[in-house]
Amino acid sequence: MRFVRGVAGLLGELLVTVGVVLLLFVGWQLWWTDVVSDADAAQVVDALQADFDSPEWVQPKHVKLGDAFAIVRIPRFGARFARPLYEGTTRDILQRGIGHYTNTAMPGEVGNLAMAGHRTTYGKPFNQIATLEKGDVVLVETKSTWYVYRVSGHEIVPPTQVSVLLPVPNQPDAEPTEAVLTMTSCHPEFSARERFVVHATLDASYPHDQGVPAGVLEVS
Amino acid sequence: MSFYGLIWRLLPGPTALKVVEAAVLVLAVVAVLFVWVFPAVAPFMPFNDTTVGQ
Repeated sequence: MRFVRGVAGLLGELLVTVGVVLLLFVGWQLWWTDVVSDADAAQVVDALQADFDSPEWVQPKHVKLGDAFAIVRIPRFGARFARPLYEGTTRDILQRGIGHYTNTAMPGEVGNLAMAGHRTTYGKPFNQIATLEKGDVVLVETKSTWYVYRVSGHEIVPPTQVSVLLPVPNQPDAEPTEAVLTMTSCHPEFSARERFVVHATLDASYPHDQGVPAGVLEVS
Repeated sequence: MSFYGLIWRLLPGPTALKVVEAAVLVLAVVAVLFVWVFPAVAPFMPFNDTTVGQ
């Protein structure tokens, strides 16, 4: 009898421990990954801005996988929203910020500047992606230029629909004539069943030293 | 028979010191989980994919 009670006690401790570890995992995933990624992203944005201001730093034509090369700002997500844009969309890269699909257009270039970002966890840069409305600004800052893209629409697609990344999204044979931008994130939130995709079109660009007209950054 | 009871008995010093030692042990376990275990497990969770691709 004493033995049975002892085993039951140990089993109870084990189950309570498992429960606590699972709760800790939820806390880590939903809170701690944001803390770490936000701090890291802020530091990288600061460093990039210093690079942009430095006369020695040159905007790379072919960015190395994993390097940050631009800053993405979306006024709809908050006046201070700024995240680094990294080359590549591997898991490690997306845990640090927004990832640029390799072999898609560069900022301002004719074709499709395609990027992916987390909607939940790891700093969740695209958490508010579903709040974007037609005409909303997506600002891409490089050393030389502020590129102002404006949202043209969104779609929800299966994860296999890579045609959203084409130079002319979803039109395999079309020859691109304008610079567009595509953002992908998971959908619904906390699921990987589908992808939420937002498309935008280049509306204007301004020399970096001139800055962006104040009106552009206002959210209607 | 109790695993945590055993640890408590093995901790040296008066009760106040034991409390501090236990807290340090708990923090150490949480740190190991946060820094190594959870990041290794997270990729297998079904809610971390944001890209399109085959």
